[in-house]
Amino acid sequence: MKTDTARRLGPAQVLAEKSRKKKIGMMQYLAQKFRVDVFDLLHEKGTGHWGGASSVTELLTALYFDVMNIRPEHPRWPDRDRLVLSKGHASAILYTVLANRGYFPVDELPTFRQINSRLQGHPCMNETPGVDMSTGALGHGLSVSLGMALAARIQRQSYWTYVIMGEGCLDEGQTWEAMMAASKYKPERLAVLIDYNGFQLDGPNNEIMPLAPLFDKLQAFGWNVSPTEWNGHSIRDILKSFAWVKQQKDWPVAVVYKTQKGRGISFTQDTHKFHGAVINDETYANGRPELLQTLAELEAIL
Amino acid sequence: MKAARKAVVMRDAFGRALVDLAGEIPEMIVLDADVSASTKTGDFAKAYPDRFFNVGVAESNMVDIAAGMATCGLRPVVNTFSIFLTLKGADQIRNTICYNNLPVVLAGTYGGLSDSYDGASHQSILDVAIMRALPGMVVIVPADSVEVQQALPLALRRDGPTFIRICRNETPTLFEDAAPLEIGKIRKLRDGSDLTIGVTGVPTPMAMEAAERLAKDGIGVDLLEIPTLKPMDVKALVRSACKTKKVLTVEEHTIFGGLGGAVAEVLAKHAPARMDYVAIQDRFAESGDYAALLAKYGISVQAIVEKAKGLVGRSIG
Repeated sequence: MKTDTARRLGPAQVLAEKSRKKKIGMMQYLAQKFRVDVFDLLHEKGTGHWGGASSVTELLTALYFDVMNIRPEHPRWPDRDRLVLSKGHASAILYTVLANRGYFPVDELPTFRQINSRLQGHPCMNETPGVDMSTGALGHGLSVSLGMALAARIQRQSYWTYVIMGEGCLDEGQTWEAMMAASKYKPERLAVLIDYNGFQLDGPNNEIMPLAPLFDKLQAFGWNVSPTEWNGHSIRDILKSFAWVKQQKDWPVAVVYKTQKGRGISFTQDTHKFHGAVINDETYANGRPELLQTLAELEAIL
Repeated sequence: MKAARKAVVMRDAFGRALVDLAGEIPEMIVLDADVSASTKTGDFAKAYPDRFFNVGVAESNMVDIAAGMATCGLRPVVNTFSIFLTLKGADQIRNTICYNNLPVVLAGTYGGLSDSYDGASHQSILDVAIMRALPGMVVIVPADSVEVQQALPLALRRDGPTFIRICRNETPTLFEDAAPLEIGKIRKLRDGSDLTIGVTGVPTPMAMEAAERLAKDGIGVDLLEIPTLKPMDVKALVRSACKTKKVLTVEEHTIFGGLGGAVAEVLAKHAPARMDYVAIQDRFAESGDYAALLAKYGISVQAIVEKAKGLVGRSIG
């Protein structure tokens, strides 16, 4: 089932919009549309990760539709900004955003996680146009991003490297090795974006492996941490966070976004239970109207 | 071919090769995990400080930093003790380097028992098995300083990952005047028709001496030096096995998954032969003098001669 509204406002209109204010509203709407598309896709395929995908929907939309310097028609353009989705299980939303941004046909999305598809269960850089790094095993993203950012310094390039991590990545020891190394080398234009939704696969972060006080930890590791916890579901707030990032001179930079796992449906959000659970018919029937209600509300205020 | 008398420390030769190639390959970057004094990357670090990264004792992070660099057009060479590289970096080597087929050179020094006095915690006797199992990985085990120096530029020019195993210690120079090393090619060191001996790495001079002794006893050895364990030179191996029908492998590794396994995999399919293995049994070694350790754990001229005679069905005499 497709939303009718999608036909009226698509990616092309969002990219072409000149008014900043209007564009922000349109991106907020577009992100919600992507969220619906992901929910539809996961229900149809009976596989994939809803919770973590929904929690980074606005962040990925803002990055690919506004923040990043990219050329979808030339995915390996050497001067492009890089995005490493260290929490690779959120692949469904990454693919949805990339397809809608023009990296590959939207019609390909239904092949997600199926045999002979370019859309692997977790992102694969050699399969999917637009994916800058294969991820899946948690904790790799920051080290890889550090390598990319150092490569920019060595080769005198000025691209940005963004890495999105969740609690799972922050549990991994390798992440903290990379935190120390990034703080040692201070590569320019490296920004860690933390999707801080408070839940892991097995339960709340504060029960499974408490990360608090996260700000203090990052600072103690030598990072320039954003002074506030931004609302990771508000495009306006996300864009403000990037305005802050772009003003920084002290590297590396970390930004924390308060998000909700399973965002958008009353019974899937703020719980670990929909980390990777199948979106069955009952969940779908009960959840989709809530997503569509929000979509209609966002459309009404455009 | 006789072993030359000159001996060179293999890790020193590798360190020199890094410096020698730096001008020719400006994309080359060197990373180390707080063991540059041991891996001999220190000279490169002094000469090219902007292209050298000492990331501390954090092997996993080091491998993935290299992967990120490789996606941006650089050619990283990752250096640390082989045991820590292949075990602490295994997830990163598999999931980032190999899955993406990234051109990263993994230089595992202190291979085999060569970190002899440090004991079992530092001895790398199953690294080849791990590296061989990784899709797309090329595995090179040089036998002397010439091969280690030639392996580096070959690895840097590949479009995928390469593991090079480097000995800590002095090894006799064997191949100074020989044809240059080629990935996936066996060197034929001696012709014979009674028995094939396939050898890789440090025990190569032992196999050469053993073949001479066997010749005196009337046993003709077809002696193959196998510097590339993956991809295997199937053609040369099968040709020899078809001739001799008996194959002995010699390596500084456990009996599982190293040269013996690689050769057996090929021959079982293409040219079944009676086989035996000179290798470390299913156990850990201990601290001690390198040569003494090799001998105690089953890698010696005597061991090769005995197993060779066992294979050809003659009594030890």
